[in-house]
Amino acid sequence: MYKIAVVGDYASIYGFSSVGLDIYPVKDAKEGEDIIRRLSGSQYGIIYVTEELASRMPGEIARLRSVRTPAVILIPGVSGNTGAGIEGVKLNVEQAVGSDILFGDMD
Amino acid sequence: MPQTQVNPTRMELTRLKGKLKAATKGHKLLKDKRDELMRQFLDLARENMALRQKVEEGIKSANQNFVVAKASMSEATLNTALMAPKQQVNLEISEENVMSVEIPKYETKMESADENDIYSYGFAFTTADLDGAVRSISDILPDMIKLAEVEKSCQLMAAEIEKTRRRVNALEHVIIPRTQETIKYISMKLDENERSTQIRLIKVKDMLLNKTRDYDNAQDIYTIEVETPATGA
Repeated sequence: MYKIAVVGDYASIYGFSSVGLDIYPVKDAKEGEDIIRRLSGSQYGIIYVTEELASRMPGEIARLRSVRTPAVILIPGVSGNTGAGIEGVKLNVEQAVGSDILFGDMD
Repeated sequence: MPQTQVNPTRMELTRLKGKLKAATKGHKLLKDKRDELMRQFLDLARENMALRQKVEEGIKSANQNFVVAKASMSEATLNTALMAPKQQVNLEISEENVMSVEIPKYETKMESADENDIYSYGFAFTTADLDGAVRSISDILPDMIKLAEVEKSCQLMAAEIEKTRRRVNALEHVIIPRTQETIKYISMKLDENERSTQIRLIKVKDMLLNKTRDYDNAQDIYTIEVETPATGA
């Protein structure tokens, strides 16, 4: 049985606690890395991370890309959409095909 | 370029022919795997993009709702209201095998069956805006789970496709041509050896023939020398 976590700045994620997701508010990238490392080793199947926080710890996010569990999924925070999530989808296509043939003209 | 340091023997030739056969078969299979993975991946990637746009839109509007809710009541009240959630999402992960890639399937189970348990507060001190905001998050949740499933599958499949593509290319452009070259080199070397053996045999035969002829001549001369006086007598 797995659980779902949301990691990011408090203002962006506090709403998710009401629907039954575990929230882990963090203040900086260092703290975020520690939390993600700890959560990825425990019983969390999905970890939602705010795009803004993810952009400050690319190494940890990249490491978890190839791991089967947990799935690390970027979500926009209150400060707005940075486009990192969409970028991630494009990156997948680029990795598989060699160049982005699906969304290359999208912006 | 043929492999350096190869023994031009018949045994090595048989071994290499077997290797070439296996490589060709493997190449064909891997190519099929890559094509099928690619087909499924492209569908999945399109779905991923559509879902992501939907979820991002949903979260954006939910965030706006929360900002509105926050504006209409004190922060302390808001924090207290959301402090002890009643609902808990449990996640079941099963796995599906797509062309030897294990992709996850998520299934959620709510801890409490009552869907009103997302409102973890009494309604006396909070505004209706908060109810709306919580509702909007709850509405987007199924899509968020689906997004996680599809996006993770995409990531795993992309990695597998990359690996398969490299293998196909390595077989097609390195292993197979190199083996073919080596096979050619060995069979040419073997033919050459055979020819040189034949020539050597012919030479030996010539030499033997010459020797015999010399011997015969010598015999003839001897016979003539020995027999002539006899006939003369």
